[in-house]
Amino acid sequence: MKSFTYERATSVQAAAKAAASVQGARFIAGGTNLLDLMKLQIETPTHLIDVNHLGLDRIEETPEGGLRIGALVRNTDLAADKRVRRDYAVLSRALVAGASGQLRNKATTGGNLLQRTRCPYFYDTRMPCNKRQPGSGCGAMQGMSRSLAILGVSDACIAQHPSDMAVAMRLLDSAVDTIDANGATRSIPIADFHLLPGDTPQRETLLKPGEMITAVTLPKPIGGAHVYRKVRDRASYAFALVSVAAVFGKDGTARFAFGGIGAKPWRVAAADAAAKQGPKAVAEAALTGARTTHHNDFKKLLVERTLASLYRQQEARA
Amino acid sequence: MKFDQPAGINPIDRGRVIGIPHDRIDGAAKVTGTAPYAYERHDAAPNAAYGWIVGSAIAKGRIAAMDLRAAEGAPGVLGVVTHANAGKLGKGSMNTAPLLGGPQIDHYEQAVALVIADTFENARDAAKLVRIDYVADAGKYDLAAESIRGVMPPDSFGSPADSKVGDFDSGFAAAAVTVDQRYTTPDHSHAMMEPHATTAAWNGDRLTLWTSNQMIDWGVGEVAKTLGIPRANVRLVSPYIGGGFGSKLFVRADAVLAALGAKRVGRPVKVAIARHQIPNNTTHRPATIQRIRIGADKHGLIDAIGHEVWSGDLPGGGPETAAMQTRLLYRGPNRMTAHRLVTLNLPEGNAMRAPGEAVGLLALEVAMDELAEACGVDPVELRIRNDVQYDPEAGPQRPFSSRKLVECLRAGADRFGWAKRNPKPGQVRDGRWLVGMGVAAAFRNNVAMKSGARIGVDGAGRVIVETDMTDIGTGSYTIIGQTAAEMLGVTLDQVTVRLGDSRFPASAGSGGQWGANSSTAGVYAAAMALRAMLAEKAGYPADQAQFDDGLVKLGNQSQTLASLAGREGLWAEDSIDFGDLDKRYAQATFGAHFCEVGVDIDTAEIRIRRMGGAFAAGRILNPKSARSQVIGAMTMGVGAALMEALDVDTRFGFFVNHDMAEYLVPVHADIPPQDVLFIEELDDKSSPMKAKGVGELGICGAGAAVANAIYNATGIRLRDYPLTIDKLLKAQAA
Repeated sequence: MKSFTYERATSVQAAAKAAASVQGARFIAGGTNLLDLMKLQIETPTHLIDVNHLGLDRIEETPEGGLRIGALVRNTDLAADKRVRRDYAVLSRALVAGASGQLRNKATTGGNLLQRTRCPYFYDTRMPCNKRQPGSGCGAMQGMSRSLAILGVSDACIAQHPSDMAVAMRLLDSAVDTIDANGATRSIPIADFHLLPGDTPQRETLLKPGEMITAVTLPKPIGGAHVYRKVRDRASYAFALVSVAAVFGKDGTARFAFGGIGAKPWRVAAADAAAKQGPKAVAEAALTGARTTHHNDFKKLLVERTLASLYRQQEARA
Repeated sequence: MKFDQPAGINPIDRGRVIGIPHDRIDGAAKVTGTAPYAYERHDAAPNAAYGWIVGSAIAKGRIAAMDLRAAEGAPGVLGVVTHANAGKLGKGSMNTAPLLGGPQIDHYEQAVALVIADTFENARDAAKLVRIDYVADAGKYDLAAESIRGVMPPDSFGSPADSKVGDFDSGFAAAAVTVDQRYTTPDHSHAMMEPHATTAAWNGDRLTLWTSNQMIDWGVGEVAKTLGIPRANVRLVSPYIGGGFGSKLFVRADAVLAALGAKRVGRPVKVAIARHQIPNNTTHRPATIQRIRIGADKHGLIDAIGHEVWSGDLPGGGPETAAMQTRLLYRGPNRMTAHRLVTLNLPEGNAMRAPGEAVGLLALEVAMDELAEACGVDPVELRIRNDVQYDPEAGPQRPFSSRKLVECLRAGADRFGWAKRNPKPGQVRDGRWLVGMGVAAAFRNNVAMKSGARIGVDGAGRVIVETDMTDIGTGSYTIIGQTAAEMLGVTLDQVTVRLGDSRFPASAGSGGQWGANSSTAGVYAAAMALRAMLAEKAGYPADQAQFDDGLVKLGNQSQTLASLAGREGLWAEDSIDFGDLDKRYAQATFGAHFCEVGVDIDTAEIRIRRMGGAFAAGRILNPKSARSQVIGAMTMGVGAALMEALDVDTRFGFFVNHDMAEYLVPVHADIPPQDVLFIEELDDKSSPMKAKGVGELGICGAGAAVANAIYNATGIRLRDYPLTIDKLLKAQAA
């Protein structure tokens, strides 16, 4: 961990301003990912701006009938919120499928969206990694890639996005609200928020330097049966091999988002459109363009099987 | 005390304290944070500076140049130790590669420097500033590819690498039913809770290491040899250890570098090996490739059994002795076992909980399941039919000292409800789950090691035991306290136990599941000597004196321990020295594992639903901590079956998943209720305690029971561990 300076921001605007004015500044919220990365010098911020005390820890109803979730709402609190459990159960289920109780107590809504890949080559600073050190190459592509992404990958990077929460957020068409150093706010559809690696895997989101997430807004509830199924190598406290967030409507329609397989939380309109044709068709649509290694090619079949399991459960409930 | 004849009736047989479940006597200190661990010895070594290890970035080659200027000039840095400034170092006989590398590099993450600073953060930060130019050589990292170049290794703990009895080839060729399969197990990391850690301080030329080490006496010798100083100048202190599983049998880089660092900066230095460094810097359980051939008649009676094992290690290292149990477990006139060792430039392999058997049984006990199916014999019955009450390589002249495998299988099957198992695989459904049951035998050799202790009674009548025995979470404090209490006729709370200090008599230490039986036998020996001294002082014949309620009695007369001890106290020291009973008798522990799994019909997720086992391991000294040992080991067996694997990058030559986010071990949610039954057994040939080891028995066969249950659930036989979703899906699709 390199030495850094620290300040506790006094307002949202001041935080964004500070972040834009200090080279190498980072916001710190729960720190559950950033601090680990700093210890390994994968992240080397010069200045930390603590945004924990800015009143961003509330969940409010929006005039449109949705929810505005403050960026600092803890994962535990969000998962337990009565409105979330009632109207956005897929989000609650995705949250509790992630990490451990202790981590969820600290981890925040904004921070979760920004958590970085678990690719083991990203984590070992002696290994090549285009995401950590642009131009150094990708250690994973010809190496151990069992856990890594098969969708949205590039020649530069096959890292997976590790979040569960973000998959549910993607399913629910949420929007990421931000503020920049000038006080300008914008709302970024979550579909656009995360970037694909392309030639610049070090760039992971649309956020500009200094731009700060203030909230995530959920549109009004869409009803339906909400499920989140996470398949992993042990029963708890592991990243997804494949996860599927789904909302099934009574009329046979459904929408799907996927974790563990994409360079970002993955959602394809064609997959939703194929809902009535069953799991095989949904999987085929979702996996269009998949690029696998001999370590992670099983994920294609596992996506289909996970969908089949969800369909089976829906049928059993009907 | 020489133990070379079977034990007769002795004071341990009273069973007033021994054999009764007791809470850990060190439990309160541990849960209240007052038990000092190696990295937290502020009390003993205040003002310690912090050392951070720099690990090699290449697996094989040499250091061309090191530039320490930036590191040495960084804030708070007190010094940097490297091969260039450490002086001439020896190499311990138990580590394969030097613990401070350079200029030659033997494996990835081998320590090449220690940066010492005033704070932990400054040391870690400055370590990143050490500039090293490497010249990398090509290395060998792929066990499967190299296995054709395997050579016969030297004897391992007195056992030759190969064994042959009868005519295996002819027996196998003539057998009515045969199994011939290949199994693989990956490299495993110990993943104990407390990392390797040491605080070091010099007083003149005398060195004290507060360290986390299972084997104090070995450690003293290794430190002396490495640093080139007399044994008498080295003190190791290791009263509490946060788990070891074999990773702390030997002195590692933390101890050597803390000592060198403390010398360099002239003040105490502490070093912990960081979690992400442990898998590549320290030892691991080597991967194996195993071929098993069994030939039997149509009733399953084994006529020929062969087990070949390939494993790899650094030059000078040793094999994973995974065929050893096959020499002893089942009958059959025609037998062969062979170990072949391959040179690999991966980090060094060494012992991990039940070395040999833990992975050997992952193969053998699946092969037995395959034989049972091929013969149409129930897998429990097959094992019963092939029981043998003597060493099947040596013949009836070498009987087992005690062997209750059949009793374990029968009692375990009964408790588990084995009779309800459908022998046809893939038939039982419970909702989304395919359900199956599996069985496997448990076998672990019983080793006894010389062990000493000092025992005394102070003026208040309190009993004190001192030995360098360690408690690695196993419960040594408690069973040693129980032994002393039983021997001297006091209650457990009247005993003080002091462990893990090289100033105390050398013990067997904790390893190879020999610790409990050997170290308590050492306490027994010392206590017999003390009883004689107390009786003599009381004026009673030693063989007639009774020790009860804090009194030494003869008929109606009695005197208190306190009065006999006097103000000075009374002390005795002795050790137990084992003769050749383990040559005359095969000594081993036995058990039977049962497991029920569910496999998701769509996703192939595997969940253990129930586990149970019955075990015979001689006298169970403390049924509470023995049960904890067994269920912990069963849990580790689940890890080996379902998830544990160090992934080898064969280009760079290192274990890729080197942290606990990526090297998975079971969590609570993976483990269902576990049922443990101990079969009553006293082994009078093992020691005066009539006990045997039990700390490793529970992992032996546990994973195979899981694998066999998966087969019974699905009809899919996987032979490459761990048995993960991707492998099951691919096999289903094939």
